[in-house]
Amino acid sequence: MSERIAVLCGGHSPEREVSLRSGHRVMTALRSKGYDAFVLDPGEEPFFETLSAARVSACYVALHGKDGEDGTVQRLLELLGVPYTGTPPFPCQVAFDKVLAKEAMRAAGVSTPPWVTVQAAALRDLAAGPILHQVTERVGLPAVVKPSRAGSAMGLSFVDREADLPHAVMSALAFAKAVVVERRIDGTEVAASMVGSPADPLPLVEVVPKSGVFDYAARYTPGATEYFAPGRLRPEVTAACHQEAARAFVTLGLRDVGRADVMVDAQGIPWIVDVNTSPGMTDTSLLPMAAQSAGLAFPDLCERILQLALSRAAPADDVSG
Amino acid sequence: MAEFNVDPYVHLYARRTSGMSASEVRALFAVASRPEVVSLAGGMPYVRAISTDDVIDVVESVLAEHADAALQYGAGQGTPALRTRLALLMSEEATEADPEDIVVTTGAQQALDLIAKVLIDPGDEIVVEAPAYVGALSAFSAYEPRYIQIELDDNGMIVEHLEDALVKGARPKFVYTVPNFHNPAGVTMSRSRREQLVALCREARIPILEDNPYGLLRFEGGREPTLRSLDPHNVIYVGTVSKVFSPGVRVGWAVAEPGLLQRLILAKEAADLCGSSFTMMVTERYLSGERWRPNLELLVGTYRTRRDAMLAALVDHFPADASWTHPAGGFYVWVTLPDYLDTQAMLAAAVERRVAYVPGTAFYPDGRGRNKMRLAFCYPTEDDIAEGVRRLGLLLADEQELYRSLSG
Repeated sequence: MSERIAVLCGGHSPEREVSLRSGHRVMTALRSKGYDAFVLDPGEEPFFETLSAARVSACYVALHGKDGEDGTVQRLLELLGVPYTGTPPFPCQVAFDKVLAKEAMRAAGVSTPPWVTVQAAALRDLAAGPILHQVTERVGLPAVVKPSRAGSAMGLSFVDREADLPHAVMSALAFAKAVVVERRIDGTEVAASMVGSPADPLPLVEVVPKSGVFDYAARYTPGATEYFAPGRLRPEVTAACHQEAARAFVTLGLRDVGRADVMVDAQGIPWIVDVNTSPGMTDTSLLPMAAQSAGLAFPDLCERILQLALSRAAPADDVSG
Repeated sequence: MAEFNVDPYVHLYARRTSGMSASEVRALFAVASRPEVVSLAGGMPYVRAISTDDVIDVVESVLAEHADAALQYGAGQGTPALRTRLALLMSEEATEADPEDIVVTTGAQQALDLIAKVLIDPGDEIVVEAPAYVGALSAFSAYEPRYIQIELDDNGMIVEHLEDALVKGARPKFVYTVPNFHNPAGVTMSRSRREQLVALCREARIPILEDNPYGLLRFEGGREPTLRSLDPHNVIYVGTVSKVFSPGVRVGWAVAEPGLLQRLILAKEAADLCGSSFTMMVTERYLSGERWRPNLELLVGTYRTRRDAMLAALVDHFPADASWTHPAGGFYVWVTLPDYLDTQAMLAAAVERRVAYVPGTAFYPDGRGRNKMRLAFCYPTEDDIAEGVRRLGLLLADEQELYRSLSG
């Protein structure tokens, strides 16, 4: 009998739509590989009950954003004793929060652009608004302003002039209680992905958005961005990107799968700007592209990730003991 | 090295689709449609007010008596019986129409699309109100017009601004307007503006495209004449049964002069051969007799109560420096916030607080409207409206506090 797999997707986060696309694609791929896969949307169905009743062998986590990528769902799955794909709860929580992730990377010496964290509470309760110009002094302009907890470039804006900073901060705070104001690195944007372990990198994918900005529309409108896989970087720069991404994955404790978004500056230095524990699996997503360029077709990719989870399942005869 | 083509059709798409892209706002609406969110966003009619027994009765009689025709293709123009009914519906607003001058369409939306298809060449100027109905902008934009936007006030389109534009050399193919209970602005064009607009356009030989989905949903005050009734030869009229019956049957129509009508019928046939014979016959049967009147009265009463609930909640919960329109009918209240608030940027926070609205930018082709929002009172209950507006009010207070802190 084929193994029953719940593909978790949808949920309540602003990335619900993206996640549904990822999840349905993963489900189809797993079915083509002979698994009895079905979609479970915690935004639609009582997650706990459905999962308890379904007697699944494992969950494939294709949730993006809060709840699904921040350790919440992973903690529930640990409690239920259901094997699942991807990173465990605490590393998820850290990686999903850009403030914590950047602090952890800086502490470990991973190259990430200089930044300042601005918390809503500081602005509201401590009247820290006037300090904002020091933020730009510290970080420099142009800067990127992003919510601490969000994905798909939601709530992100670029700031060229100090006068635009308040609006950018307010926009980012619509998604989270803190924002990261980060020095903008100009150069080449690449995605560095791993499947299995940080020592197993997939080829880099170079991202060239036609509008110049890899925002939500550029990510999810086919044709709005050109992708090159492997990326067109010099071999030593490519190696540096892989090395820095692997250090980020190890530092943040990623498991099974991960994607680092990397900016390569004019000197060829890679800067890690984001790390994703549940990378997009849609038809315009970067990790599947990287896998394909390495000769790993999408169904094989999904199966490989799933097998990593299944291998963690306790043997059946151990359960009673 | 390989360039990855995520979409093998990407080099084939027509230029007219270039504006069709994924958006953060659309993604947020996927969350906003969840049951725990009070949605003041969508303009969904309150179809529960329609008597299901009436509809079952109508559907049964259509199938019992006319199954052959109802399940078959029909004429592109729509059945004569339905066109006669639609002309009678227009007479409720003292507007005459010859059933022969009517083409039935798949909702009023298809009428807008077909009219644009028949009249607009790429680069042609057309006039729209600022703000304008987002669905009309989507339909028109596919034909690549250049927009001339004319501001609205509480009395509808400011016709003097249109006059100025014409004096400066604008030569629009048509002037698009929603004169009654405007979507999104909620305002109604005054009698004098109507007369002014009709005279100006007749003089300039520019047809008016009158979109009147909400005309019969008046809560108070006297009815204004339709533009079509003021100048039948220079006004193309678009109507729908979505608001008096059901949007699910997808029945709308256009009334036009014979030459234009012929092109619209040909365009309609090219698009989909004909509308649904089945729902056309159901609609015709529903509108025959008097059963639709009490249902419409019920709808109008419901919408009036909900409008009142929304206006009262806005007074209670919105900041003093916000302003909003007071619709005498229809579905929408249009809110203007202080300049520094950005409703598009705020939407994620609103959804997080379980309330949704449509950001103002959706209603302008040029990205304006950042400090505006459209609130719909048609679908949620009074309690939900009060709660939704309360949640929004709390959010606005927080945003203002944040802004004050940031602007030091």
